[in-house]
Amino acid sequence: MPPRAVHDRPILLEANGLAFLRNDEPIFGPLDFALRAGEIVLIEGDNGAGKTTLLRVLSGLLAPSAGEIRLDGEPLTLARLSPQVALLGHLSGLKLELTALENLRFAAGLLGVRAGLSPASALAAVGLDGYAEVAVRQLSAGQKKRVALARVLLAPVGLWLLDEPYANLDRDGIELVNRLLERHAHGGGAALITSHGAYAYTSGAPRRIPLRAEAGTEVRR
Amino acid sequence: MTAGTTAAACSALVRRDLTLVWRRRGDALNPILFASIVVALFPLALGPESENLRRIAAGVVFVAVLLAGLLALDALFRGDYEDGSLEQLVLSPHPLSLLLACKIAVHWLTTALPLIVLSPLLGELLHLPDAVRPVLVAALLLATPLLSLIGAVCVALTVGMHRSGMLLALLVLPLYVPVLIFGAGACNAAQAALPYAAPLLWLGAGLVLALVLAPLACAAALRISLS
Repeated sequence: MPPRAVHDRPILLEANGLAFLRNDEPIFGPLDFALRAGEIVLIEGDNGAGKTTLLRVLSGLLAPSAGEIRLDGEPLTLARLSPQVALLGHLSGLKLELTALENLRFAAGLLGVRAGLSPASALAAVGLDGYAEVAVRQLSAGQKKRVALARVLLAPVGLWLLDEPYANLDRDGIELVNRLLERHAHGGGAALITSHGAYAYTSGAPRRIPLRAEAGTEVRR
Repeated sequence: MTAGTTAAACSALVRRDLTLVWRRRGDALNPILFASIVVALFPLALGPESENLRRIAAGVVFVAVLLAGLLALDALFRGDYEDGSLEQLVLSPHPLSLLLACKIAVHWLTTALPLIVLSPLLGELLHLPDAVRPVLVAALLLATPLLSLIGAVCVALTVGMHRSGMLLALLVLPLYVPVLIFGAGACNAAQAALPYAAPLLWLGAGLVLALVLAPLACAAALRISLS
């Protein structure tokens, strides 16, 4: 899509002077950026640069130390935010004893479903149609990631916050993530994804936000 | 796009937690085994004279149920915290306190209710007088949900820490003591043929208060634990 069209679109998420300190040590920031509908933005940084913390702040799980987050132009509160974001974190949020389908059914009950999708069709969309009745414990790390992606896909939200979505995935899986992201952006959604650079969203030259590890900070979750 | 209703979310959560308990049903037997062993050891240690045992029966059953509940308490949020589903609960569009109330209810149903069903039998092992049996069951029915609710707040506070077992016990036990005193007190009063309604009513009042406040406190504590 032409770049000018993107600038006309509504801003989904806006950060002004956003910073986070843990025990008085800066983790990231201050950051200023805006995320518009239809945009995929890549957050780049080395291990310990604060990528995960940034996503946790943007999802509302952590309160920022300085600055503000605006969602559709209004200040963010967890109550306003949570119906609109899907977070894929380092922890999959899947129950190992349940099957892939049972996990997705629970997510559907908790968060609702996107129009035109069902737990079974979301599972098929991530290439796991034959694994509906397999306990998640028996799936490989990459397959677990795919189930977690199916959960994000299923949630009826506009904003995806994906933390290292490419980790553990094979080449097909990486293409799958790119395809899902493209379709999500075309449907008017937006996504923030973190990557330490090895694999990344490639099509359409996404905007990049570099995060730099501050001197003296260690690797953090 | 269709966001689910809160009722659908609660029923999905209850169904998931019940399925999980069923898949791990070996673990679910632990509190029952623990309480039975504790109660069964008392006659061996004190001797089988029924007069001795009868005097302490209600108190021993109460303490055994309380400790069994304490054992199971740590698992209430631990699994959800470790696999990240707690984050998903917090990020869901539904009131967190209501979802947590559902989790606590399932926990009580699967850990405390089997013990209450078993408690007349445990009392029988210690020659509990027949007249006290209904009072014991009533006291447990009021006291165990109260213990689960109070415990859940403490678990929510400590779930973010590693090896929090000792801290949890230290936090929880002082809060459990009044419940134990009222619960066992009602049984002792019944055994001495004294009126026992007052301690039961106190337990009921505490339960109503905890039903309203504990899920809210639990939600606030979990948000702190996750940050």
